[in-house]
Amino acid sequence: MELLFEKSRKGRGCDLLPPLDVPPAHLMEGMGREAPLDLPELSEVELSRHYSALERRAHGVNNGFYPLGSCTMKYNPRLHEELAALPGFAGVHPSQDPADVQGCLKVLRLAEELLCEITGMDAMTFQPAAGAHGELTALLMVKKYHLDRGDAGRTKILAPDSAHGTNPASAAMCGFTVVNVPSNPQGGVDLEALRAAAGPDTAALMLTNPNTLGLFDPNILEITQIVHDAGGLCYYDGANLNAVMGVVRPGDMGFDLVHLNLHKTFSTPHGGGGPGSGPVGCKDFLRDYLPAGYVEEGPRGLELRDPEKTIGRVKAFCGNFTVVVKALAYLLTLGAEGIPQAAQGAVLNANYLREQLRGTYDIAYGEGPCMHEFVLTLEKLKKETGVSALDVAKALIDQGIHPPTMYFPLIVEEALMFEPTETESRETLDHAAAVLKAIRAQADTDPAALHAAPVTTPIGRPDEVQAARHPVLRYRPPEVQP
Amino acid sequence: MGGYLPSTAEERRAMLEAIGCRSIEALYAQVPPEMRLEKLDLPEGKSELEVRRILEGLAAGNTVFPAVFRGAGAYRHYIPAIVKSVASKETFVTAYTPYQAELSQGVLQSIFEYQTMICALTGLDASNASVYDGASAAAEAVAMCRDRKRSTVLLSAAAHPMVRRTVETYCFGNGMTVKTVPTKNGFTDAEALAQMLDGTVACFYLQQPNYYGRIEAARALGEAVHAAGGKFIMGVNPIAMALLKTPGECGADIAVGEGQPLGLPLSFGGPYLGFMAATSALARKLPGRIVGETTDHQGRRAYVLTLQAREQHIRREKASSNVCSNQALCAMTAAVYLAAMGPRGLRQAAERCMAHARYAAERICAVRGFDLVYPGPYFHEFVTTCPGDPARVLEGLARRGILGGLPLEDGNLLWCATEVNTKGEIDALEQALREVV
Repeated sequence: MELLFEKSRKGRGCDLLPPLDVPPAHLMEGMGREAPLDLPELSEVELSRHYSALERRAHGVNNGFYPLGSCTMKYNPRLHEELAALPGFAGVHPSQDPADVQGCLKVLRLAEELLCEITGMDAMTFQPAAGAHGELTALLMVKKYHLDRGDAGRTKILAPDSAHGTNPASAAMCGFTVVNVPSNPQGGVDLEALRAAAGPDTAALMLTNPNTLGLFDPNILEITQIVHDAGGLCYYDGANLNAVMGVVRPGDMGFDLVHLNLHKTFSTPHGGGGPGSGPVGCKDFLRDYLPAGYVEEGPRGLELRDPEKTIGRVKAFCGNFTVVVKALAYLLTLGAEGIPQAAQGAVLNANYLREQLRGTYDIAYGEGPCMHEFVLTLEKLKKETGVSALDVAKALIDQGIHPPTMYFPLIVEEALMFEPTETESRETLDHAAAVLKAIRAQADTDPAALHAAPVTTPIGRPDEVQAARHPVLRYRPPEVQP
Repeated sequence: MGGYLPSTAEERRAMLEAIGCRSIEALYAQVPPEMRLEKLDLPEGKSELEVRRILEGLAAGNTVFPAVFRGAGAYRHYIPAIVKSVASKETFVTAYTPYQAELSQGVLQSIFEYQTMICALTGLDASNASVYDGASAAAEAVAMCRDRKRSTVLLSAAAHPMVRRTVETYCFGNGMTVKTVPTKNGFTDAEALAQMLDGTVACFYLQQPNYYGRIEAARALGEAVHAAGGKFIMGVNPIAMALLKTPGECGADIAVGEGQPLGLPLSFGGPYLGFMAATSALARKLPGRIVGETTDHQGRRAYVLTLQAREQHIRREKASSNVCSNQALCAMTAAVYLAAMGPRGLRQAAERCMAHARYAAERICAVRGFDLVYPGPYFHEFVTTCPGDPARVLEGLARRGILGGLPLEDGNLLWCATEVNTKGEIDALEQALREVV
């Protein structure tokens, strides 16, 4: 498909602005841009069709099943888009006087109250724009907390080997060293290894529970105790909260800080990569370290204040505000009963799909029930038939199903991680199971067809090696190809 | 059943039966009973209409000003109808990060087009797929410049205070030393910069136009930084880029900025858009997602997420950054905006910003007690004195439906005008100021 730049024709455009109604102003000599402004020139109808064509070449939750593990691709209610676009939110300048933005501040306050109840935390910031940004924020708070107490030797972050890649990356951005804690044969944290790793140099443990294998660690209280006994803090990566919200709270598991992904657990859409929202909650003793611009009650109503020992700022203004509006609408819709029901629905759907696949595929750590997601390991299938996790994922595309997360967690060979979420019906799960069984059968009869998948998409498998070796990161007209 | 759950109680029973489980409770057997929650202390769930009313009520608790003369990092511009229409297409809204290229060519191509347009605006070679906002983009750019010998950051005091604070916060994490280059007459002080440059300086961050709206002598400042072996980062206003010398033309190694002016509503500060572009020498140090062009096995043009060896899911603690979710939909919105405006439309918008700002400055300064603090070139923001208490003046304007300039710490006001302010609005502002003062 042609790019906007290839569709561009000199002289076309949209007529958008009125004529100038005041005398023109001019730049002083030498300040002006020399190069021509290479933006495409198109009429509105061409633009409209271009993006409609691009939309047809994409796949969203509205198009079909999207069981992308660890990403919680639940349905994104349409109401939320309307609410976020209300002029009373969309038209508000972030530097208006607090008296003129009480509605926005109430949104933040109310979302904080509801999410603190769900997580068992005491205070929450909405400044972080994504989950990884929340991790960074929380770890900066950890760092400042230890330093303020004169505990400068706490330079290490403990993280299990099943952790999301963002955990070690966030730790490194804060100058911490990462200590990988191995998993035990059940897929949980190896307690002996944790005991050996925890000590006076431990700043914090970063943990996802349920973990990336979709398993709830039954030793969680002992885990957080070991870290606390060593003087470290416990940080909950909320990527997998959807399994347990309203059922058990990170605060009651012994965690001191938590980040949430509103774009996963709380149904805000992911926009093809963002915007997300990664609020960070903490227990009372860490409240003073929250980012600048925390909502507090003042003499004239709600206002934004800098907590006493604040880490500073991770972003301008108050975060991805209208994403919080959407999450708040979701929280109000579900309420006290709906929230645990959603979690239970997610766990039921995951277990149901897993049982449909048992016997057809090998399940990693498949003894007990799983939580909201599960991991298949296709190591044996690959050995026997040559069909890999990648092949199965690509074959799903031809059946209109978005593939699961591939090759993660790293501790499982040929991993496929499925997270169906609670908003899928039984028919959808049955259909996915039937498709996966058919693919398994085809692996014996016609593996070549699976290596060739997908065939129904605008492109086949792309050459990623070429993309990385000879990066082409922008369009250049043919006459100026370097 | 609410909560967007399709399954009925009967279906759930049947599903439990199919997995050989007596109750949903049994699926949570691994959760120690002593920490199980009995019931959330939250309000009961509500219908769509009730939730709509609650949120509409909260929105009504905000003041939306018919006339806005405030910028300072967030700008009201005209958003063409096509921009909103494209940005609300359900598939673009609900897709995840385009990990599966075959199924995501639409999203990937839109980002590739965005990257190309950011390169065109900034005059640099490579752009990433966006980061969270202009402030975090600045902080990420600073981190890109660090090497073994150089870990000091020089920040212009004429950069946005929240950008500076964000850079300082990230540097508290990564251990880089931040030093502030003072201002002189509302410009970054070139002499002070020259004195601060030494072998430890990794980079210098300059905002163009600066926080006070002034157009800095960017090229000369950048040359001084390069002569001392440091990198030159420019934080730029994307609309101003239609007129001003580009970061590429000023010799910048990295350009970043707040992309909100490119078709995104004010929305109380977010979601906005952090754009980042760099010279090809630094392309592999860019954080976050990058889309590249390649071919499939049949030679068809294809787009993929590329240079992933930089990224956290492969490099883990050795990654250049932890960014994964970015502001993709905002980046697409910016691309649609730039394509709708085109080269002429964007230049028109920028020219009108500048002309309206000139006219607004003239009218405001016609009122006794308001004087331009820094005469000389500015884009669409400028600082004036304020006779008396700024809070009282602003309150008077607010009563007349006008959001006035931002009060600065020294009691002056930072004003902004864009293409959406009309001559009539500006004349009304003058009249209102006369009444208020």
